Amino acid sequence: MSKISEQHATGSTSKPTLAVFKFASCYGCQLSLLDAEDELLAIAHQIEIAYFLEARTRALEGPYDIGLVEGSITTEHDAERIREIRRQCRFLVTIGACATAGGIQALRNWSDVGEFIQQVYATPGYISTLATSTAITDHVPVDFELRGCPINTAQLVELITSLLIGRTPRVPNYSVCIECKLRGTVCVAVAQGISCLGPVTQAGCGAICPSFNRECFGCYGPQELANVTSLCERYEERGEPRDHLVRLVRNFNGYAPAFRAAGDALEEESHG
Amino acid sequence: MGEKRQFEVKALTRVEGEGRLYVRVNGMTVEHVELNIYEPPRFFESFLRGREVREAPDITARICGICPVAYQMSACHALEKALRITVTPEIRLLRRILYCGEWIESHALHMHLLHAPDFLGYESGITMAADHREVVERGLRMKKIGNNLLAVLGGRAIHPINVTVGGFYRAPRRGELKALLPELEWGLAAAVETVRLVAGFDFPAFEQPYECVSLRHENEYPMNEGRVVSSSGLDIAVDEYESNFEERHISHSTALHSVMLPESKPYLVGPLSRVNLCLEQLPPTARREAETCGVAWPSRNNFHSIVARGIEVVAAFEEAVRIVGQYHAEPVVSRVEYTPRPGEGCHATEAPRGLIYHRYRIGDDGLIADATIIPPTSQNQGQIEDDLRQFVPTVLQYDDAEATRRCEQMIRNYDPCISCSTHFLKLTIDRKGE
Repeated sequence: MSKISEQHATGSTSKPTLAVFKFASCYGCQLSLLDAEDELLAIAHQIEIAYFLEARTRALEGPYDIGLVEGSITTEHDAERIREIRRQCRFLVTIGACATAGGIQALRNWSDVGEFIQQVYATPGYISTLATSTAITDHVPVDFELRGCPINTAQLVELITSLLIGRTPRVPNYSVCIECKLRGTVCVAVAQGISCLGPVTQAGCGAICPSFNRECFGCYGPQELANVTSLCERYEERGEPRDHLVRLVRNFNGYAPAFRAAGDALEEESHG
Repeated sequence: MGEKRQFEVKALTRVEGEGRLYVRVNGMTVEHVELNIYEPPRFFESFLRGREVREAPDITARICGICPVAYQMSACHALEKALRITVTPEIRLLRRILYCGEWIESHALHMHLLHAPDFLGYESGITMAADHREVVERGLRMKKIGNNLLAVLGGRAIHPINVTVGGFYRAPRRGELKALLPELEWGLAAAVETVRLVAGFDFPAFEQPYECVSLRHENEYPMNEGRVVSSSGLDIAVDEYESNFEERHISHSTALHSVMLPESKPYLVGPLSRVNLCLEQLPPTARREAETCGVAWPSRNNFHSIVARGIEVVAAFEEAVRIVGQYHAEPVVSRVEYTPRPGEGCHATEAPRGLIYHRYRIGDDGLIADATIIPPTSQNQGQIEDDLRQFVPTVLQYDDAEATRRCEQMIRNYDPCISCSTHFLKLTIDRKGE
């Protein structure tokens, strides 16, 4: 990975530039940057925070060295906007479940959006939206993704630091199970019989949920090569109702391919 | 004939979420004011249908990354009413410190990094740090303490995972909470310093006849519970909220505003309303600061909201110190068990930005059949536009850039959380035709 500070998008010798863009989202992943309370001023010293509407009024023109993208694509206008942003950013990173997998907004992908509009909005004619919520990578090439709902501030700081010094960010791709072992949490799936997504979910949160006596519900999305369907079958064998399992895999990362396939397969079996 | 001018702020900055302001004036007359939200529509109320009761706090948290606890608390209380269960006094206290954590992180961020720069003449907290590093660092440290409180109670600061209908999945360990005490005590002193700093800012003289609305509780400053009261004397149980407030279409282009019935007038929720209506319920240090800071309460100037926010940070630290100090043992019961059954319940709590109302119906299958969520910013929107109509004539003497900057500062008085758009986004207008 080349050092981002050696050659800037702007071609100048000044600091590398960072831009933060928002699509359909809750602001939580951008907030993670401001949540780096101890590092924020140091980061601002090393990097030109060129475009970050939620934090500063001054907005510099692109191109930018690093673009952080929060949120999913849910309108035609946003589908256009992300293409322009891609052109403006040398290194484009999706931050969080919405940008990486369509997020909670992707729950609409199994429903009739027209019906939703009727349910929620008084004057449906004013509403402009696509039928689906999709990940950024469905629209443009993405250079790196940070998982999570929300992302982990430490991973974001690691990403920025790595780009500055020119090495690959150290972001683990093992499962949440490993994090439980590392923090010494007794397995809730084995010891308490809780249907937990930890075995098939990518690490990154620090395995918080099992340490609070509850199931992992998949905030960081499917781990590479995870067999989600097989895990769900195992839970079903020991008595977990199928509709509960469908809801478990179909939430913040429900449209990530491995979770989507598992949820759809479970649902098909119950209808077929 | 007067001079025609237009101001347009294409993207409001230092607010949460994305919105746009459009003002058209003719001479000294404001012809048109429009605060548009171009956040894409999000369908949370629809997503909740058919989900399990226990999923509601996890799903509603995702409405807003900056005030997830407000959504979780209103959802839990409303669903507990629907299930006809009551939490223990111990759980009630733990919820109160959780809410303190959210008020601290949200208010500290807004005051020091987003709003103070307006008063001190900077475009951001980042630029401001060059000249006022100690102020920005104090704000960041306070924010971090709020986040740590959220992490101990909720598992993490953004989208806490430990909140559930009936209580908490696990009570915080005594040692974990007690370890926060020194920083909480530092935070209390730091918050007092911030109140004194912001109370000395130069406030535009902009008094408005606000109808302030907030919860009020007999014995405590309102967070999780209270009656809905207003400055003109409204005093109702939360159950009566929907018969006293309504969301309405004003016109095709100005979208929905929450109004207070029967006069259909706009109203103000948030820190200024709470301090105005609940001064007597503030804990001692916060009350002392409120009374000595130089602002006369009740205040009708929403530029004082930054002072009210500061007083509330003092109150939140003070409450957290008190409750953590009493946390001698972990409660035996961290959550009250329930079996999902049909029912309906509503509840309001006080988000950092103001009153937040939820109503749920649980169906015969024990799943959520229907949800209504009214966030604070949708309630304030009518008031923001009313303020702009009055405020714009006072800034016409300035060039467009300066006039626009002042209008943005005024909007920031509300700390508008545009991301919190659930059906606030009824306001979204199809802009393709423009």
